[in-house]
Amino acid sequence: MLIVGELKFLKTHRKTIVTGHYGSGKTEFSVSLAMLLANKLSSANAALADSPYHRLALIDLDIVNPYFRSREQRELLENAEIRVYGSMYETEITAELPALGATVRTPLEDKNCRVIVDLGGNDTGALILNQFKKYFIDGESEMLAVINANRPETATVNGVLEHLSAIETATGIKVSKIVNNTHMLQETTADDIFKGNELCKKVSKVLDIPILCNCYPSRIVDETELTELPEHLLPLGLYLRPTWLDKT
Amino acid sequence: MSGKVLMKGNEAFSEAAIRGGCRYYFGYPITPQNEIPEYMSRELPKHDGHFIQAESEIGAIMMAYGAGAAGGRVFITSSSPGIALFQEGISLMCSAQVPTVILTVSRCGPGIGGIQPGQADYFQATRGGGNGDYRVPVFAPSSVQEGVDMVYQAMELSDKLRNPVMIFTDGLLGQMMEPVVMPDFVPVPKSDEIRKGKPWALTGYGKDDSKRNTVTSLRIVPDVLEKYVHGLFEKYEQAEKELCRVETFDIEDADMVIVAFGTVARITKEAISMLKEQGIKVGLIRPISLWPFPYDVFNKISPKTKVVISAELSMGQMIQDVELGIAKRFPVRLINRTGGTIPTSLEIAERAKKIYEEIGG
Repeated sequence: MLIVGELKFLKTHRKTIVTGHYGSGKTEFSVSLAMLLANKLSSANAALADSPYHRLALIDLDIVNPYFRSREQRELLENAEIRVYGSMYETEITAELPALGATVRTPLEDKNCRVIVDLGGNDTGALILNQFKKYFIDGESEMLAVINANRPETATVNGVLEHLSAIETATGIKVSKIVNNTHMLQETTADDIFKGNELCKKVSKVLDIPILCNCYPSRIVDETELTELPEHLLPLGLYLRPTWLDKT
Repeated sequence: MSGKVLMKGNEAFSEAAIRGGCRYYFGYPITPQNEIPEYMSRELPKHDGHFIQAESEIGAIMMAYGAGAAGGRVFITSSSPGIALFQEGISLMCSAQVPTVILTVSRCGPGIGGIQPGQADYFQATRGGGNGDYRVPVFAPSSVQEGVDMVYQAMELSDKLRNPVMIFTDGLLGQMMEPVVMPDFVPVPKSDEIRKGKPWALTGYGKDDSKRNTVTSLRIVPDVLEKYVHGLFEKYEQAEKELCRVETFDIEDADMVIVAFGTVARITKEAISMLKEQGIKVGLIRPISLWPFPYDVFNKISPKTKVVISAELSMGQMIQDVELGIAKRFPVRLINRTGGTIPTSLEIAERAKKIYEEIGG
């Protein structure tokens, strides 16, 4: 079922934690999700016209990756009226300082703010969530696991289960939905997305949690190639990757 | 893991080392290469390999010296300030002719500097900071796949040369994700088979072997040392002939030639296509081996070329080798960034065009 431009399926909880292994594309997903929600919020689209949220924030809790972090896209996000929270050294994107400012709590406490939390790449990176745990056990939160079946660690059902279990153990929060983001960067084909969907279906069955959506890089894969997929489709913008990385 | 997979550079280099026969890794954490010790600590034991987190980089390279002397295949990695601490051991291993593969995931300096990518360790890699006369072959990939292939092949090369071999990457290559195809696992000799391939190794007295080996860096008699160093340099001379690698395009018919390696070469390729759209013919020289440096390729540059540019993430280090290759035949200019900022392809194109116009092109 193809529902591009119809984002009702994203209108669930106020706070969305996005987790996923390195290379799953969770940061790309988080940024794209925020951008899509920002467009909908500002254009007062009918799908979200009744949204109780007046503000949108992206919290970058990825303190384990030194490069390719969502706060690097601060300007793009803030131009779309998305508030970015993260390291207390806000303008110092290159600093090797895993320190978070107290302001990170602001959007979590603001009942009118829709929040996306970009969590670090493994169970060690996810540990940071513990200090904010009280904000995520109030029924207003969900934790999405972004899966890329082309990553060796999450290429099998057991690999995914092991990874999700480690994240859940580290955070004490259960994964509520799966996001299929199977990609090979610029070499992504529809087959990759179908392959990932198969894997996610098996994981979904074992854990008894739904697949939220299948992501696709809209500049590379045409959505019409994916119409057979039963779940929602979410176009990703590839905001983080410089063009020269893939042209040469 | 078969077929194409998506891997982070640091993980892919680690897996390539294991597949190339590495069973010993000694390391100490430093950004932006920390995924390597993490990966090796997790994966090496699955292949009956050994991981030790050393007390420092100096400890790590000395462990590599010991394990290499005993005939093991060793992989050690670090980033710029850590590679600085390796230098004593690199000199020792070159002197004692002990193989190891060293990978640097270079960041910016000097000193502790920052954690973003840099190429200001060009001198450190190609000239070295250890004492005495020695050489280390250095190869610089510009993609994760190329880095994988280099690490894998360096395992064999290092054994063959009985010398450390260095792979020079930068933080961006270490941290970026790219599709890669992994090579097959090479067979690893059992401990009682090591002497077949490495008759010099310290493997103890075997059942059928009464010869006692010595691996040493100490030669106290001047004549003995002089003869020994000459022997080393016969080996390096041969290596210079055999190991030189370079990628070029369009240098025989270029208005301008840009020389760049690693990440910068990749950005430069996009810059060159931008310049071509503006009617400027630009050739590229990408040194793949930094030592030996491909000086000879500079003889192929067209006489009508107006200027040769060295593009680097440093204040200008490779440019000295470029000038040696050019031998005053063309003006040489520098396009550089330092401190961890990577130039965009547009920035390189604009700066190259400005230089070209200033030179009268």
